Parts: sequence; structure tokens; C-alpha cells
Amino acid sequence: MKDDSALTLRIENATKSFAGVTVLNDVSFDLKKGEVHALLGENGAGKSTLIKILSGVHLPDRGKIILENREHVFNSPKDAFKNGIATVYQELLVFPELTVAENIFLGHTPKRHGFLIDWKKIKSDARKILDNLDSHDLDVDARVGSLSVANRQRVEIAKALSQKTKVLIMDEPTAALADTDVRRLITVVKRLKEQGVSILYVSHKMPEIFEIADKVSVLRDGNHVGTFDILDVTEDLLVSKMVGRSVDKLYPSSKGSHGTPILEVSDLSDGVRFSNASFILHRGEILGIAGVVGSGRSELAQTIFGINSSKSGSIKVDGRKVLIKKPRDARNLGIAYIPEDRGTQGLVKEMKISQNISMANLDREARGILILSQQEILNAMNAIKKIGIRARSAVQVVRQLSGGNQQKVVVAKWLQTEPRILVMDEPTRGIDVGAKAEIHALMRDLADQGMAILMISSELPEVLGMSDRVLVMNAGQIKAEFSKDQATPENVGAIMTEKVEEVA
Amino acid sequence: MNNLLRKGNRGKFFSKFLANYGQEIVLLSSMIILFIVVSQVNPRFLGGNNLNTIFSGNAYIGVAAIGMSILIITGNIDVSVGALIGVLATICGTLAVSGYPIWIAWFAPVVVGMIVNSIVGFIVAYAGIPSIVVTLGMMSILRGGLISVTGGDWITDMPEEFFLAQQNFLGIRVPLLTLIFLTTIMFYLMSNTTWGRSLYAIGGNSEAARTSGIDLKRGVVLAFAIHGMFVGFATILFATQLNIIASTVPPNLELTVITASVIGGVSIMGGTGTVIGSTLATILFAAIGSSLIFIGVSAYWLRAIMGILILSTVLADMARRRRASL
Repeated sequence: MKDDSALTLRIENATKSFAGVTVLNDVSFDLKKGEVHALLGENGAGKSTLIKILSGVHLPDRGKIILENREHVFNSPKDAFKNGIATVYQELLVFPELTVAENIFLGHTPKRHGFLIDWKKIKSDARKILDNLDSHDLDVDARVGSLSVANRQRVEIAKALSQKTKVLIMDEPTAALADTDVRRLITVVKRLKEQGVSILYVSHKMPEIFEIADKVSVLRDGNHVGTFDILDVTEDLLVSKMVGRSVDKLYPSSKGSHGTPILEVSDLSDGVRFSNASFILHRGEILGIAGVVGSGRSELAQTIFGINSSKSGSIKVDGRKVLIKKPRDARNLGIAYIPEDRGTQGLVKEMKISQNISMANLDREARGILILSQQEILNAMNAIKKIGIRARSAVQVVRQLSGGNQQKVVVAKWLQTEPRILVMDEPTRGIDVGAKAEIHALMRDLADQGMAILMISSELPEVLGMSDRVLVMNAGQIKAEFSKDQATPENVGAIMTEKVEEVA
Repeated sequence: MNNLLRKGNRGKFFSKFLANYGQEIVLLSSMIILFIVVSQVNPRFLGGNNLNTIFSGNAYIGVAAIGMSILIITGNIDVSVGALIGVLATICGTLAVSGYPIWIAWFAPVVVGMIVNSIVGFIVAYAGIPSIVVTLGMMSILRGGLISVTGGDWITDMPEEFFLAQQNFLGIRVPLLTLIFLTTIMFYLMSNTTWGRSLYAIGGNSEAARTSGIDLKRGVVLAFAIHGMFVGFATILFATQLNIIASTVPPNLELTVITASVIGGVSIMGGTGTVIGSTLATILFAAIGSSLIFIGVSAYWLRAIMGILILSTVLADMARRRRASL
């Protein structure tokens, strides 16, 4: 407390429990004016709860929020917003049917004569805010539903800044963004910092944190592990603080020997999103496909699995030509598919863990149409133990699990089908460092036991760290193949992001 | 591992039971409280054959609500159920008075119900039109068709053996027995078979179900066909309980049936709920309706009470979901 004038926000001894479980325990730290303060922690460490306390969603059981030397109690998100704390959540809360300007001023629309909406002012003010964010290209009259995710996020940030904002909280702002959009966002954050806005930045992505943060606070199991100057810490140190143990190696090493070809894809096209894809996948190998969102990589995977249909080309399994028309055909050939988005394609969240795990294999496990419940639960318990799913019991509802554990349930569900070929689309998206390392270890383990893994990822470190070979997709084509030694971030990244002429 | 099993199956058995069957328990306790209170005011409420009579008179609603619940669990709905019961009852009665064997008169509603709803199911599944739209269309067709064909005439003079719903078995009226029997069977099938599970999965998350190899289109058609079968069963009870069949559509019947499913705990969003809940809800309505008479309140209040029940059920469901997603 040397320099009180520069202090914007102080959190003192914030404590919160739900149903007797303490999720945030005695957390205190300061946020200075114009400071970017990163907040790190595994899922379930208490980050969201802390954010929700600061933004007025939850009241803390104990503790104080001191904003510019005055203690505040925020009873609602509106309360916090009015006092200068704005939050941009990971799941954007924009209204797709309204225009950009309408979204920005929703809830505090400028009025004429006290009740008429001042459209002119709305538009000109919206324009000003967007220009200030370097978003000259965004039309204030555009319907938000027609915008890309990155642009919607800009609208959300503009909304957050449409009042006198002192503290901007950003919850995993880059989780759904492509690389170029991440660059733009970082520029925006730096600009806001120059203007004196304090930013609380939640992210799992280390490179970003090291680029923009001044300070970093780490939470673990609801406790404040520490606050560090970013110049004093290394990535390894932060990871070990987060998980509470030292993680020696981020990526498990490969044995390097592979078996015979098991999956051969030749000239496969879906007629829309990708064309002429050819590659061979061997037993015991992890083949990575690097590519940005929209490069056709997910469509390729879904076509192999029979979710989408192919237009031309062929697929061979074990050297025999096969016809895969629906997911069940693929499963019967020993192919499993871990989808990119576990929420939409992976899980029925209202169902129990055991019911999700048996879902893709139920017809094989049942006696006729009769489900053998006891066996189902036993299978689930085995999977929980084997994969390390942290759950209260095998019959817990999946919705209650953290992101990382939900992802493990999806993995368990597909391992239950005893596949020989595992197609994984963004296997560790949106999950914390600890769970990520566990899934990576599991993947390597499976490969060592002979499973062939096709892994799609837009995270370069993951592709390069995990893969034995790397294919690079761009604009619907497989553009290059690299061996593990040749696959450097520069080589792969260049081809991933290379601008390709639109194919007519 | 043993520890996990114990935790999952026994240790917290009661709280698990509460969490899984919360709505059913609420309904059952409401009913018991209602019985106690009303019988204090008017002891005749529990006496004689009153309960047997009121439950049996409403059993057809409960049977239709079983089908409706299965449909809503898959994320679909049928607003034409009232009109269909009207049509099927007319077919049933007409066959009976035209001299066909009784079993054919009884069987026809089940077969026709299945056919009509399978067609609806095909349109929903293969043309991808939302079920509320398709069944709204079906409702108009059935209503209009019925009144045009019959002119609203009553059907009377059915043979003596026709009146299945008026008979007793082991001292209990057939409709109530049928309701209990069908509820038990469907509850078992929905929770213990692969196809019951697939219907829950389709309603819970159709994309995830499809990725897991479940055939969505077949599932939806199947749910509609089963629902049609139950509408047929409901019609038999409805058509054989009185000595006349008014060949019009019973007013508001579809809403009563949907209400029973929703108050029974079947989430209108799909994916959750049981048929036990909808049956309990039907019985609760019948009990409330009868109670009103016994304590001397106008029966018109029943609609208002049902409305309040719907709103409070949905609010409670939302609150539970919000708590669960924290």
C-alpha cells in the first residue's frame, strides 16, 4: 500500500461457499490503475466465483471489495457495471437480432426528452467507442448475428466500455478465437491499458499472459497461492503453482516406432469444405492435423466418422475399402471420434456419467434391448479409475463436472467402444493445464499400446508436442506434411496461416 | 472401487432418490396432504367408492399423458391429441354400433392412432418440420374432418359388452388398473431398455445422440408411434366409460394432457422426466377437482389451480437447473 493513488481495486479476504463447499477462501489482491492482471488457475480453482463476486453476480460470504478507496457491496451485475466494473464473459451475451449499436447501449440507452431513444447519439457514440478499439471496420448498423465470433466479442468489449469503466474483467477472451483475432485482441487490451483501464485477464494460454500481463495471481482449490510480477516467473513455475506439483514435461515423449497402416484416406472430398485429402495413419502413431478454424480439418474428421457424407474419394481400413455412411458404421470398423465441442456433440449433460459412457456402445453391452444396469455402472467405475475422472460417483450427472472431467467422460465413452483408430478434434480445448497433461499422457499411452490416433488441433504447441507426424491443412487442402523433426512452429505456422486464393 | 459403488448405490441412497425423483415425491406428498385436509372438512371424500370413481373417470387422461411424456422426453410435442381422441372415439363407437365384433371396435383406435401419429412422426423426422407445427396442422384436419363427417351427432346404443371402462376387476375399476399397469410397464421400458435410453438421449442432446450412433429419425418416428398407441388406449377408456359418445372433440383435452406431463416433471426442453410423474399429476388433478366439489368450491377453479401448478413446476425446474449449473 505504498502508492494508494494508483490503486483501482482491492479485494480483501473474499470468501464464498456454496452448499457448504468453500469455493473461494480468503482471497486478497490489488489491481492498479492501467494494470493488466492475469488470473490463473485450474477449472474449479475459484476463478469464476471471484469474477462473479467482482461483477455483482454473487455476494461474498465474507470480504470486501474496495474500488478507488471506497468499499462497495454489489447486489447485482448492474450495480457493479454502474460503478465501473465491466465483465466480458467467455460465453458472449450479445443479442443476435439487434444491431451493433443497439447491443452496445442495451440497458443504458441515451434518451431524448427522458423517454425517446436518441438514435443519432447511440450510433455516433457507438462509432466512437469502436474507433477507439481500432475497429473501424465494424458497421454499427450490422446485425450482431451476422458477425464472426471475434467481432461479436469486440461488440461485447465496446459494450463494457460504453460507460466509464475502471475495471474490465475478461474471462478467457481468446478461447474461441483464431490466431489473427487473438493478435487484434491483444492490441485492444494494450490500448485500454494505456488509457488507464485496469484489466483482470483470465486465460489458460501462457504465451498471451506473458505478453500482456504485468502481474499474475494464481488460485488453487479456492486459495490464493500468490501474486507475482510477471518478470519474476517462468511458465513452468506458474504451472506448478497452479497444479500444486511440478509438471516436468508438458508433453510425453514418443517411442518413435509405428506399425503398419490402418487407415488410408485417398482423394477424399466433401464437395464443400475440403477436397482431395489423402493420408495414411499407422498403428501406434499420433498423426496431427494442424489448421485454423475453417480450414476444413473438422469436416474431414467428421466425414471419416460418417457424420457428414463424402462426395468422392475412398477410405481403407486394414487395407480394405470401406463405406462409412453413418457414425455407427465407423464405430463398427473400430473408429472412435472425440468431437471438437463436447457440449454439442459429445455429451448428454443431463444424464449420468455411466449413461454417457455407455452411450456409443450400449447396443453391444445390452442383452437384447435390456440394459444391464449393474454392468453399466461397473464399466463406468472402471473407466473413471482408469482415466482419472474426478467425480463423486459413477451416477453423478455430467453437468456437474468441470470442463476437464467432462472431456474425460467423452474420451471414456469412446474408449468403451474399444476402438483401434481414435480421431480427436481439439482434444484439450477449454480445459485446464492439469487435465490437459493427463489427456496428453493418456493419448501417448494408448498410442504406445498400438492405437492409431488422428489429432486435430489449432494449438500449435499441442500439435508439435504430441504428434509423430504433422499434416497442415489450409483452405480445405492438406498443404504439407512434416516429420516430427521438421515440424517447427515457423514451418507449420506459416502454412497454417498462409493466405490462399479463394477456390472458385 | 467398492467404495464408489457403495456411494453410488447405497450411502446416499435417499438423497439420490430425492434428486432423481424429486417431482414425483412432491406430487405424492401433495396428494397425501390434500387427502388429509379434505377428509377433515368432508369425511365422505375418502369414503365409499369416491376415489375409485374419480380416478377411473380421469384415467384416460393419464394414459394419454404417458404417450405425451415419451414424446416430450424426445423434445417433441403433440397438440392434436384431443382432436385425435375425438376422432378415434367416433371410429370406435361407429364400429361398435355397426355390428363389428367388439374387439375390432376396441382395437381400431390403437391401430389408427399409431398410423396417424407415425405419419406425423415421419413428417417431423424426415421433413424436419417442428412437431408443434405439424401437429397444429393435424389438429385442424382432425377437428374439421370430424365435425364435417359426423355433423356432431351422438353415438348411442352400443352393445352391452362394449363398455370396458365401466367394468371392475378385483374390486378396482378397469381404467384405474389400466393406468397403473401401463405406467409401470412404460416406466420399466423407458429406464431399462436401449430404446428408452435412446429416446432420453435424443431429447437431451440430439447431436450427441447422433454422434453416438443413435438413429434420430427412427427414434422420433418410434416415439410418435408409441404415443399414437397410447392415444388409442386412452380412447378405449374414454369411449367406453359413458353410454354415449359425443362425436366432437373434448374441449381443452390436449392442454390437460400436456399439463399432466409437465407437472409430472417432464422437462418441456426434453431429455428428463418419467411417466410415473405424469400419472401422479393426472391423479392429483382428479383429486383436486373432486376436492373442490367436496369442500364446496366451484369446479371452475380447477383450471386456475392447474395454471398455478404449471407455473410453479416450471419455475422450480428452472431453479433446480440453475443450481445444478453453478
